[in-house]
Amino acid sequence: MQERWVTAMTRAFADLHLRINPKNQQATQQLITKAARFSYRLISIPFSSKLSEAELAKLKTTCSEAGLDFVSRADFYPRSENDLTHFLRKFRRRFEVICITCDNKEVARQAAKDRRVDLLNFPSLDYHKRFFDRAEAELASCSLAALEVDVKPLLILEGPPRVRLLTTLRREVAIAREFKVPIVVSSGVSEERLMRLPRDLASLAFLFGLDEAQALDAVSTSPAAIVARNREKLSSRFVAPGISIIKEGKPS
Amino acid sequence: MKRIKRRYLALQLECDVVPAEREFIDAVWAAVTKLYGEVGASLTGLALISFDLERKVAVLRVSLAALSMVRASLATINGIAGKETAVYVLGISGTLKALYARTQ
Repeated sequence: MQERWVTAMTRAFADLHLRINPKNQQATQQLITKAARFSYRLISIPFSSKLSEAELAKLKTTCSEAGLDFVSRADFYPRSENDLTHFLRKFRRRFEVICITCDNKEVARQAAKDRRVDLLNFPSLDYHKRFFDRAEAELASCSLAALEVDVKPLLILEGPPRVRLLTTLRREVAIAREFKVPIVVSSGVSEERLMRLPRDLASLAFLFGLDEAQALDAVSTSPAAIVARNREKLSSRFVAPGISIIKEGKPS
Repeated sequence: MKRIKRRYLALQLECDVVPAEREFIDAVWAAVTKLYGEVGASLTGLALISFDLERKVAVLRVSLAALSMVRASLATINGIAGKETAVYVLGISGTLKALYARTQ
């Protein structure tokens, strides 16, 4: 079989949520190798706020050696609005992707409003804490935040819990599409055996109401657009949206 | 009567211990039935065409209308006969000839 399972077209597939402890070097290396074999182009491992620059640099090197583009990402679970704004002020410029897991409604609304938030994530198993309703979607559509769906629970749950999760996801995805909120499908896996090929990952999105093209966009163009937008913003040449320094003149 | 369109799927199994042919197809049926129920499973027209133990490659035939259902079900397989196994779709084709040409 091919060393690298090429998935036909030239889409750049992304998995922005590989939940592995970067300190576990062996597991991280295995996951990176597998992601490269599965033809992913962009991968991301979330960091806690205690970021070590050396660790990040090492991960980037390992990924680039495997032919992958590593995206730095921070996940945060704020308890209040203030907590969230404090985190964003401190870490926005250090990470390429910021994901907020919304544990209460106050945080969910603030995160959807804030233009510095890239991804909105909700606890998969606690259905009372999934606040992605029409109001949330309207706020998110104005601020360019995307809804992130992790497929790991769909792989490990069975029976009524999976049925409930699918019902919730189908409702949320329908709302997101109505308000044109981008949807990002990530694996959310912590073990190598649960990793799936990009197109298999996209096929799981069929279960909650995305058609083939939308599902493929959710694992390729949507995450890639977020990363590209943020890389542009973080570059030293960025001035404002649509304005960047092309050439610097010499003082006469 | 309208001819039923079909698709052939080449599947790669990733496992330490290769399951028997019967165990594999039972796991596929179980995954489809779990997700879509017996009525849904009956619409898939699922059939095992070949199972290569050495290369760990299986070929399935499904009805085109149920392709998305089967793909999603295959992605949910975590284990076969109590052993950790993952199933990946290597390729899909309308003819076996094209499928074998692509996966050789």
